[in-house]
Amino acid sequence: MSDLFANWHLLSFSDDGWGWAMLNGLFSTIKIAVGAYLLGLTLGLFGALGKLHGGVVTRWLLEIYTTLIRAVPELVLILLLYYAGTGAINQLLDLMGYRPIDISGLVAGIAVLGIVQGAYATEVIRGAMRAIPKGQIEAAQAFGMSSSTVLKRITIPAMIPHALPGLANLWLIVMKDTALLAVVGFSELALVTRQAAGLTQAYWVFFLAAGALYLCLTLVSNIGFRSLEKHARRGQPELG
Amino acid sequence: MDSAIHRSSNEAVVVSNLHKNFGDLNVLQGVSLRAHEGDVLSIIGSSGSGKSTFLRCINLLELPTSGDISVAGEAIKFTQTKKGLEPVDTKQVERLRTKLGMVFQSFNLWAHMTVIQNVMEVPLHVLKLSKAEARERAELYLNRVGLWDKRDQFPAFLSGGQQQRAAIARALAIEPRVMLFDEPTSALDPELVGEVLKVIHDLANEGRTMILVTHEMKFARDVSSQVIFLHNGLVEESGTSRQVFYETQSERCKAFVSSIH
Repeated sequence: MSDLFANWHLLSFSDDGWGWAMLNGLFSTIKIAVGAYLLGLTLGLFGALGKLHGGVVTRWLLEIYTTLIRAVPELVLILLLYYAGTGAINQLLDLMGYRPIDISGLVAGIAVLGIVQGAYATEVIRGAMRAIPKGQIEAAQAFGMSSSTVLKRITIPAMIPHALPGLANLWLIVMKDTALLAVVGFSELALVTRQAAGLTQAYWVFFLAAGALYLCLTLVSNIGFRSLEKHARRGQPELG
Repeated sequence: MDSAIHRSSNEAVVVSNLHKNFGDLNVLQGVSLRAHEGDVLSIIGSSGSGKSTFLRCINLLELPTSGDISVAGEAIKFTQTKKGLEPVDTKQVERLRTKLGMVFQSFNLWAHMTVIQNVMEVPLHVLKLSKAEARERAELYLNRVGLWDKRDQFPAFLSGGQQQRAAIARALAIEPRVMLFDEPTSALDPELVGEVLKVIHDLANEGRTMILVTHEMKFARDVSSQVIFLHNGLVEESGTSRQVFYETQSERCKAFVSSIH
């Protein structure tokens, strides 16, 4: 047992340590997670608005989007969207007479995870919007607010307290889903960990270190979301 | 019709021959109303008589099936569709709505804003006043309804009566041509009704134009210059407060208002 943990020096930041590589992996993970989350929130906001106020065609298309994305395992989606998606884009470029481009792993990763997140966020935000008392929207309309002002000033801020618990879940999920990008060779924390562990045979050291890093991200996120929710709910009396 | 509207510029709200159907249900079957500057016009009637629907048609929270509406001498432009009237010009509707200060039965204050933010919201983001002007207005009207010291509270922490007074301040802050009250005391505990009625009474006394849907018969009798009694979507009786409450013609209206004598 003692051997298993005797290799902590492998994590050092010196030339022969993996410290910087691990931190770089962590940094990539955060970059993808933040990008995909923001993309997912944007898609989710428009998806929710489309589902609530869109025409028949819009609502059907969005229903297909949310159903398909939520039905298919993320790993399959990532493989599908990553390989098929980049292939499709290059075919399209070829047809239009452009040279194929090399889509960066970062952009592809953000796009793929963002599309997945968007489907879940659509449902979270749709539910949150429906939880807003109708009278709040009606009052805004009665005072002559335009639809865009109602959205900006009333709907979004009034929806946030209802949406935050669900959106916090989505953030934690996207952070861990970045690890799935290892299958398409994107060098984030999980792939770096696997490579380091494989090369050094110090599996315990590296996977424990990676686990600790993911845990730290989660703990910091929890603190952030808790204070966000407290702020968003400042207008509501506490229960009990 | 149009020329009549434009002739007398002191007509704050004119509604003619308003119909509203919800499917097969005819809630309003041709209701008209004419409110001049300074009028206090009460609409009374039993539940289901269509009085709230009528009020909500004036600022188009409900779309009428047919009829004409003009606000501050300007006719709202409609197009007739199969389902009923549709406003042609959204900008016109938004502009005319800022001339109508609505007070709702259930207050409908924005829960994510403090009291003063509620009152400043429309002046800032619809009327595009500067922050200083909006704040000055908000403080003025919060003072008027006696809520200046509660300005930084969130609505959920206030009593019903305080919330409704804040909602009145919010409507006053847009400096509307007409105040619309939709059963402003119906959601309040009995002991809180008085403070709200007092505020509305003071507003009536200073000559504000108001259209008021209410179940408070004594109050309607005392503040109104005109009263309309609605029954089954039709005006059954209308006239001055004295005519409707003491020289009642219709038996139904007589029975309805007799409860307060």
